[in-house]
Amino acid sequence: MIEAPPYAVFLFPSVSHVLKAEKILKARGTPHKLIPVPRHISTDCGVCLRVAVEQQGLAAEALQGLVTWERMVLL
Amino acid sequence: MEPDPGKNQLIYFDNAATSWPKPAGMMGAMGYYNEMIGGSPGRSGHRRSLDAGRIILETREVLAELFGIDDSLRIAFTKNATEALNIALLGILHSGDHVITSSMEHNSVMRPLRFLETQGVQISVVSCSGDGRLSPEDVHAAIRPQTRLLVVTHASNVTGTIQPIAELGHIVRDHGFLFCVDAAQTAGALPIHVDEMAIDLLAFSGHKSLFGPQGTGGLYIREGIERHLRPLMMGGTGSRSEFEVQPDFMPDKYESGTPNTIGLAGLGAGVRFVLTEGVEAIRSKEEGLTERFLKGLASLKGIAVYGPPDAASRTAAVSFNIAGVSPSEAALELDERFGILCRPGLHCAPAAHRTIGTFSQGTIRFGFGYFNKDEEISFALEAIRSLAAGD
Ligand SMILES: Cc1ncc(COP(=O)(O)O)c(C=O)c1O
Repeated sequence: MIEAPPYAVFLFPSVSHVLKAEKILKARGTPHKLIPVPRHISTDCGVCLRVAVEQQGLAAEALQGLVTWERMVLL
Repeated sequence: MEPDPGKNQLIYFDNAATSWPKPAGMMGAMGYYNEMIGGSPGRSGHRRSLDAGRIILETREVLAELFGIDDSLRIAFTKNATEALNIALLGILHSGDHVITSSMEHNSVMRPLRFLETQGVQISVVSCSGDGRLSPEDVHAAIRPQTRLLVVTHASNVTGTIQPIAELGHIVRDHGFLFCVDAAQTAGALPIHVDEMAIDLLAFSGHKSLFGPQGTGGLYIREGIERHLRPLMMGGTGSRSEFEVQPDFMPDKYESGTPNTIGLAGLGAGVRFVLTEGVEAIRSKEEGLTERFLKGLASLKGIAVYGPPDAASRTAAVSFNIAGVSPSEAALELDERFGILCRPGLHCAPAAHRTIGTFSQGTIRFGFGYFNKDEEISFALEAIRSLAAGD
């Protein structure tokens, strides 16, 4: 059974960037969660920022220009 | 009541070296990290590691607010201003480059530059006036086609002389090279705005007027400069672990190895204290103490005072000498008889002492801080009077 991906994850260069993004989304009240980077996405051992797919556009807009991310992937 | 060294009431006038006391929140923040968090930031994904990372991010953010920096990730943490200056100078300058500096610099600038000179970097040391002022016209006259950098101290740690940073910054920007400021003496004590002052690289101590613990400092690097700035150290950063080459982005490029998280927790609390009190209020208090002391010294016989005569042109570091008493003898007497703690000698800045004419004996330096009191100044003036009178 194939389900629509419920989440989008933003991948950042480092944890400093992830935490800065977290702070921005927290201040905006955008629901989000920090999770370990899923193995199938990257071999990097760090954390990434997960939002609901429907929040993805809003989150990207909030982060734009304030913190750079490397990739956005649908889970 | 007057301070009484017999009752262990010491007067701390060595704030130009490192500030004391620290605000109450500093130890609290360090204790909180130690007891409740303890993790290594940026290394794991567990909650204690993330909390440690959040503490460091908060410290970056309050510093960015203090210095008018748009993106807090442009600040790399170091163990002190010296390390920050070494990253900047050794990372930017290459054989064939020309660098301009002043004759009032601390050895944390002069020694890396003298080393670079042996590697083929050309150095112009622009002479300052007898009270330590650097003239922007003289800097302008020293510019060459190969000039890559101007590095100057925001304020001298010997005389407190404040340099015209914004004016210098705009000269540098107009000529298209880089401007590095040593803010060891001024971060937290004087207003600093990296854009208004056209600063490209800002090195600061965390343990002086930012009220953090020793072992803290940092370097602000303007966007894009990191592409041409070689790191001093390379190693683990927690990021890009799959690659064996150093990350090329801020702040990881310059932050290899486990950071001083407990110290940075304390620094964050120190900077929050500065923001809460306000740099203007801190400056006004320190200027008042300095003015009181300068006025008092002027009424004493046998005292030579160095640096600008007015408190408005200087920080709260005051160098002076007592006729017939060497600085080191005076400092010993001040400590043992009066409980006054200060720093005599050359203050790691031989060039500055040559400029003001006090090489090689040096001076007695009082470095006042936000927590000093008017009564302490009065008591110290009386102590100096009695040393000068040979009592
Ligand atoms: C003007 C100046 N530059 C640099 C430094 C070095 O600072 P740190 O001790 O934080 O390395 C100091 C103080 O020691 C200083 O006063």
